[in-house]
Amino acid sequence: MLKFLFKRLLVLVPVFFGVTLVAFGFIRVLPGDPVEVLAGERGVSAERHAELMTQLGLNEPLWQQYLNYIGDVLQGDLGTSLITNRPVAEEFFELFPATAELAICAILFAIILGIPAGIIAAVKRGTLIDQGIMGISLAGYSMPIFWWGLLLIILFSNTLNLTPVSGRLSFLFEVEPVTGFMLIDSFLSDEKGAFKSAMHHLVLPSVVLGTIPLAVIARQTRSAMLEVLSEDYVRTAKAKGLSPLRVIAIHALRNAMITVVTVIGLQVAVLLAGAILTETIFGWPGIGKWIIFSVFSRDYFAVQGGLLLIATSVMVVNLTVDLLYGLINPRILH
Amino acid sequence: MKKTLLALSLGLGLAVSGVAQAKTLVFCSEGSPEGFNPSLYSAGTTFDASSQTIFNRLVQFEAGSTKVVPGLAESWTASADGLEYTFNLRKGVKYHTTKDFTPTRDFNADDILFTFNRMWKEDHPYHDVSGGDYKYFGWMSMGDLLKSIEKVDDYTVKFTLNYAEAPFVSNMAMDFASVLSAEYGDELAASGNKDDIDHKPVGTGPFVFKSYQKDAMIRYTAHDDYWGGRSNIDKLVFAITTDANVRYQKLKAGECHVMPYPNPADVAAMDKDPEINLLRQEGLNVGYLAFNTEKPPFDQKLVRQALNMAINKQSILDVVFKGAGSIAKNPIPPTIWSYNDDVKDYDYDPEKAKAMLAEAGVSGLKTNIWAMPVQRPYNPNARRMAELIQADWAKVGVEAEIVTFEWGEYLKRSKNGEHDTVLLGWTGDNGDPDNFMYVLLGCDAAKDGGNRARWCNEEFDSTLRQAKKVTDQAQRTTLYEKAQVIFKEEAPWVTIAHSVVFKPVRKEVTGFKVHPLGSHIFYDGVDLK
Repeated sequence: MLKFLFKRLLVLVPVFFGVTLVAFGFIRVLPGDPVEVLAGERGVSAERHAELMTQLGLNEPLWQQYLNYIGDVLQGDLGTSLITNRPVAEEFFELFPATAELAICAILFAIILGIPAGIIAAVKRGTLIDQGIMGISLAGYSMPIFWWGLLLIILFSNTLNLTPVSGRLSFLFEVEPVTGFMLIDSFLSDEKGAFKSAMHHLVLPSVVLGTIPLAVIARQTRSAMLEVLSEDYVRTAKAKGLSPLRVIAIHALRNAMITVVTVIGLQVAVLLAGAILTETIFGWPGIGKWIIFSVFSRDYFAVQGGLLLIATSVMVVNLTVDLLYGLINPRILH
Repeated sequence: MKKTLLALSLGLGLAVSGVAQAKTLVFCSEGSPEGFNPSLYSAGTTFDASSQTIFNRLVQFEAGSTKVVPGLAESWTASADGLEYTFNLRKGVKYHTTKDFTPTRDFNADDILFTFNRMWKEDHPYHDVSGGDYKYFGWMSMGDLLKSIEKVDDYTVKFTLNYAEAPFVSNMAMDFASVLSAEYGDELAASGNKDDIDHKPVGTGPFVFKSYQKDAMIRYTAHDDYWGGRSNIDKLVFAITTDANVRYQKLKAGECHVMPYPNPADVAAMDKDPEINLLRQEGLNVGYLAFNTEKPPFDQKLVRQALNMAINKQSILDVVFKGAGSIAKNPIPPTIWSYNDDVKDYDYDPEKAKAMLAEAGVSGLKTNIWAMPVQRPYNPNARRMAELIQADWAKVGVEAEIVTFEWGEYLKRSKNGEHDTVLLGWTGDNGDPDNFMYVLLGCDAAKDGGNRARWCNEEFDSTLRQAKKVTDQAQRTTLYEKAQVIFKEEAPWVTIAHSVVFKPVRKEVTGFKVHPLGSHIFYDGVDLK
């Protein structure tokens, strides 16, 4: 197990450097320099422009800028945001828990509904139930997030008055951020009703963000289950007279799970991409919205630092998924 | 579960609409502030969250107008040559007490020196804090303008200028001139936490900063000892909501009381909503098309006039502004004093335009129209506007290609004069005509590129320079009226439109006024029923 972990970590080193290069290059490929964007219609004189570029280290040759960046990253310094003048890492970690909380709830929603739906569709293959589940999941997969979010807000928040429109917590509650996870912080606070309010604020964003992963998980579970259900050992298990529930839950599902876990792992990137839109619609203070704002305002340091941290978190999740394989099927470790 | 949800939502609804006793006003602001020191930043979002709530200035704009009224200065005088301004400061003004700072003295002249010297003097201990880039101080050329700032006594400050600049007093009312606390600065310097001055703000304004969660919420409480009287609103909350559709949904659901920047498509529905008061006012802005007068044939007045006549502005107003705008004939909006209503705009007359182009010897002209890639109040859809102009010009035999770039690139290239004609606009900073005409059309601006027409007319420029020197408003008005006549005759721009600003406010809010400079002010008579 340790050897396996070490090998996987070793592979991450070149990936990490690749990511720094992409993060560094991405924002510089875009036209428009940050000083001009910041000045807008009011403009900035040529002298002041040169002065600011020097101050920001942006007039040095690209390779030198990259080396400076890598040097700083290795020392744990991701730079300072051009817009807010605050350390990029500080801004990121202030917003990251909100995205993480939303992503966790969305993926839980997708798993809890997706896996049983996939199993049912596989077991009831070819029936109306199967077609219904697959039809709905196709619709879910094709759903434009922005439209879907607004539709749910209009229905549940405005027409039925069941959920709040946006935000993480009602303004009536003042919860001190401790962990940054609103569910935990509101639970720990003395404010009565804050936890419930935090839960209610999570419902719609989780459903919206979880819709595409839910569809993917349901479809993958179905096909993995179909494959496994036609294996000889399943037929043997059935022939031995085991109950259908035992055959599906113990024998088939465990092997089908390898594919499903892979797919769930891959959904992390989907969730982070979806978070950009979901966070915008629901006024969710997370990193998706922040990174987009940073790209538009050509905040070089926020973009390169933010992308690096996002990529690192995806790598950590993928590593965890790899380790999970080992737990599900120990043969992989060898 | 459903019952609980319903009960909770109802509870929330009641809480928002029925907070009459607690008086909490929720403003669905459009974004996060860049920080909490208005001198370092340039976004209206930042000003709403800092200068308009936490801080005061020597003089201020009256809510709902561009009239300059006393602020931290009770009165002021200007010397006859317009080079010296003496401000008499208000006594008994209290700074906020926060969890990090307890003031031991009232506001005085030291605070004025601290505030302005920080921006102006490079050797000031706070100059380089938070990046040290004081945008509006630079844009308003304050560094060149100021000769000295002296403390005459604890409650008198004298500003001496290098040259006469009549808009100086209006500049002092701008957000960047918000007054900080020198005592707080000293305390932070002693404890090695200088940066906190810009993130944990302390001011003299009507609201005390309480907490901020990026992209989520800003909280304020009323300043009990405010010199202008305690605010009617006990608690002010900015619920940051970037999407205009969602802001509208929140307003309808009663989750906020006031929202800025509605979608033009929602305006008609808002107008009919019995829960909402739709306030409107002409914006302090102008959208224009500038001819690059350095490039032929746009160096000919006759060609510029002809192309002015070839554009059907009414159709632009209907299609691009969807009625939420008014045709512009002058480079300043009608809400600014000295607006010359006697100026006659060029009528839409393609036939006459054709004849004038022929007279100028121009035929088969091929040119370009630059269209901005971003939405602005003065131009909600530049691409569409460019298409309409392109079609109009085609009717008089002018073939125009539409060009666009990424925003930063667009600004840079148009500043360098790479365009033939360019769409752009301006939103006023201080309500002074100089802030439009000199900045956008003066000869200095033609050199540095801010004047996209690159047009330098001696008579026009000397009129503006003269208007800078006199402090008497009646005299200045006459000069600016004359400048507008010259501008129209010379036609360096096609003046297109001034936008109309809409502000949907829930019915329970009283006394809220649309501010022509775009700020959102929750003091000065704002209350909840």
